Amino acid sequence: MTRLQMEAVRISMGGQTLVEIDEEVSPGEVLAIMGPSGAGKSTLLSYIAGFLDPAFDATGRILINDEDVTRKPAEARRIGLLFQDPLLFPHLSVAGNLMFGLTGRAGRRQRVAEALATMGLAGFADRDTATLSGGQKARVALLRTLLSEPNAMLLDEPFSKLDLSLRTEVRAFVLNRLRSSGLPTIFVTHDGGDAEAADRIVLIGTSCAKRGNPPCE
Amino acid sequence: MLRIAPTVAVALLTVPIAVGLLAVLLPSFGYLPVIGGTELTFDPWRRLFAQPALAKSIVVSLTSGLFTTAVALAAVCLFIAGSSRTRIYSWFRRLISPLLSVPHAAAAFGFAFLVAPSGLLARTFSPWATGWERPPDILIVHDPWGLTMMVGLVAKEIPFLMLMCFAALPQIEPARRVTLARSLGYAPAAAWFKTVFPGLYPLIRLPVYAVIAYASSTVDVALILGPTNPPTVSVAVIRWLNDPDLSMRFMASAGAVLQLIITVAAIAIWWGLEVVVRILGRRWLENGDRSSLRGISPIWGAGFMALSAAAIFLGLSGLAISSLAGFWRFPEILPAAFTLRAWERSGPAIAETIWTSLLLGGIAAAVSLAVVTGALENEVRRHRRAGHTAMLLLYLPLIVPQTAFLLGMVFSIELAGVRPGFWPVVFSHIVFVLPYVYLSLSEPYRRLDPRWIQVALSLGTSPARAFWRVRLPLLMMPFLAAFAIGLAVSVGLYLPTLLIGAGRVATVTTEAVALSSGGDRRIIGVWALVQAFVPAFGFTIALLVPRFLWRNRRGMREIR
Repeated sequence: MTRLQMEAVRISMGGQTLVEIDEEVSPGEVLAIMGPSGAGKSTLLSYIAGFLDPAFDATGRILINDEDVTRKPAEARRIGLLFQDPLLFPHLSVAGNLMFGLTGRAGRRQRVAEALATMGLAGFADRDTATLSGGQKARVALLRTLLSEPNAMLLDEPFSKLDLSLRTEVRAFVLNRLRSSGLPTIFVTHDGGDAEAADRIVLIGTSCAKRGNPPCE
Repeated sequence: MLRIAPTVAVALLTVPIAVGLLAVLLPSFGYLPVIGGTELTFDPWRRLFAQPALAKSIVVSLTSGLFTTAVALAAVCLFIAGSSRTRIYSWFRRLISPLLSVPHAAAAFGFAFLVAPSGLLARTFSPWATGWERPPDILIVHDPWGLTMMVGLVAKEIPFLMLMCFAALPQIEPARRVTLARSLGYAPAAAWFKTVFPGLYPLIRLPVYAVIAYASSTVDVALILGPTNPPTVSVAVIRWLNDPDLSMRFMASAGAVLQLIITVAAIAIWWGLEVVVRILGRRWLENGDRSSLRGISPIWGAGFMALSAAAIFLGLSGLAISSLAGFWRFPEILPAAFTLRAWERSGPAIAETIWTSLLLGGIAAAVSLAVVTGALENEVRRHRRAGHTAMLLLYLPLIVPQTAFLLGMVFSIELAGVRPGFWPVVFSHIVFVLPYVYLSLSEPYRRLDPRWIQVALSLGTSPARAFWRVRLPLLMMPFLAAFAIGLAVSVGLYLPTLLIGAGRVATVTTEAVALSSGGDRRIIGVWALVQAFVPAFGFTIALLVPRFLWRNRRGMREIR
C-alpha cells in the first residue's frame, strides 16, 4: 500500500507557469487531472515519472511513501506508465512484453501464464501483439505494467483512442483493477466521462467556468 | 562513453581534414623536410603555372563543378515539380537506392561503354541511321573539354540530389503549398517553383555544394571519362604525386591547393548566382503573372530522370554483355559468341579483392555506426539536438576536395612513420563513411516515438538495456540500412584507398579503375560489374535480415 504526493509542484517555461499542483493520492485512489489541451497535463506526468524535458523548469517534490524520488532517474522510481496507445513492443510476443517488465528470476513463464489467465487472456502468451484486438492490447499493456510491481500509476489519456463501445468497459476494468491493487493512480484527460470515473477530480489550466465543461468541483 | 561520442565524431571529421590541409599547404610553399624542402619558397607555384595547358585544366574542373550541378539540380526540380503524386514519381523513388548504390566508377564505366564510338548507342543506330560500318574515329570518351565526363556525372548526381530533396520535402508540406498556388490560378510548374522551391533550396544547399565539390574534383570518374591531355586538375595532381621524381611532390602539393581554390571558387560563383536568383526571383515571385511556366510539361523532368536511370542501368547491362562477349563485330548489337573466359581469368583475384573491400567497408561502417549511434543516443538522452554547426562539420569531408586533404594526409602519415596499409585506409574511409551513416540514421533515430523508451524505463529497465532491447530492435531496419550505405560508400571510394594505401590495398574499385587505362573491355566489364554489385550485397542483407527476424511480427512491418 503506497501513497503518492506532489508537494508544491510547479512547472514553468521561460518564466511562465504552466502547472501548479499540491495533492496527495492515497492507496487505491484514482485521481483525475482535467484540463484543456496545452494545459500541461502530460508535462506534469512526465515530471512525476522522471522524463521532463530540460527545457522546462520545475520545482517541488514527488514523494512515494514519504520517500523523495524527485532526483531519482525514471527507471528507479517504480512509477508505472500507461499511454493512450498500448505501446506493446512490436518485436516481442505477448509473453515477451510481459516478461520485459516482470521482476524476479524464478518461474517467469509460469507467472506470465497465470497473470494472463487473470485477465481472461489464457493461452495468449505466444501471440504476436499485432494480432490482438484493441481491448486485449489495453489489458496486456496494463498487465505488463502491473508485473513490474510499480508503487504508483500514471495514465496519460489512456482511453481516448478506444472507440465508444469499448471505452466504458476498458475504463471500468482498468480502474477497478488499479483500485484493487491498492496503487495510487493519477490519470489525465480532457474527457468529462473519463474524469467522472475517477474518485476525485482536479482541474488545471483555464478556469472551468470559462470552458463550460462539466464537471466542475 | 556516450558523453564523448559527439566529440569523437567531430574529431574524426575535422582532425584528418585540418591536418591534411595544413600538411599540403606547407609543401606547396616548398616545405617538406623529408625530401629536402626546408625553406619557404614560391617555386612549386611557379613550376605549377609553367605547366602547359594548366589554364585548360582549370577551366574544365571549374566548369564541371558548375555545369554538372546546375543540370542535375534543374532536372531534379523539373521532375519533382511536374510529377509529384504521379505513378512515375513513386516508381522512380524506388529506383533511387539501387541507383545510388552503384559506385561512381562503375557507373562511369557503364556510361563510357554506352557512348563510346563502338559502344551500345553507336551499335544500336548503325549502320541503318548513321551509315557507320566501322566505329567512327571520333573522341567521345576522354573528349578534351570533359563534356562526356560532365554528362556522366549529371546522371550519377541526379539520384543523390533527388534523395536529398525527398528527405527535405516532407518538412515543408509541398502538396499544400502547390494546391494553394494552383487554386490561385498558377500552372503546376509555376506553383511548385514559386511556393515549394524557395522553401526547399535552403534545406538542400549543403548537398548541392557537395555535388559542386565532387564534380569539380573527382578523380576516378575523370580517369574513366575525362580529358587526358591535359587532364583535370585533380588527375594531374595524382599524376605528379606518383611521379618517380620525388621533387614533383612540391608541385603536386601546389596543385592540390589549387584544386581547393578551384572548388571554393566554384562554390563562391554558385553562391553569387544564388544571390542573383534571389533578387530576380523575388520580382518573379511577386509579379502575379498566371501565364508563367505554362509551357513546361511534366515530360521534361520525367525524361531527364529516365535518361539518368537508363544511362546507369543500360551501362551496367552493356558491361555485363561485354564481360561475357566472345567475338563481337561492330555494328552487331550482341556478340556472336559468349564466353566465360574473362570471368575465369579474373576469378581468383576477384575473390580476394571482394573480401578486402567487404572487410574494409564492414569495419569502416561498423565504427562509424557505433560513433554515430553514440552521438545520437547522447543527444536523445540529454534532450539536446545537434545544431547547424554540426551539419556543416558533417558535410566538411564531402565539400573539401579529396585531392587537397588526402595528399596532406599521405605526407603526415609518412611523417608519423605509419606504414601505409589496411588500417590507415580504414581510418581514412571512416572520414567519408561517417557523414553518410549519420545522415541516414539520424532522422529515424530522432523520429522514434520517445514513449517507447519511456515505457521501457518506467518498467524498471536501465537506459542501456532499453537501448539494446527496445530501440535497437525497433530501429533494426534503419540501422542495417545505415550500415549498408556506409559499406557502399566505402566500397566506392577510390582516392583514399589508392593514396593512403600507397597502392598496397587493392579493392574492387582501385582494381577496376586501374584497368581503365589497360583497355581490355571484357576484363573492365568483369571488374566494373563486380564493383557495382558488392554494395548491393549490403543492401540485400539489410532488406532480408529484418524480414527473417520479424517474420512472425506483423507490427514490425510498418515503418515507425
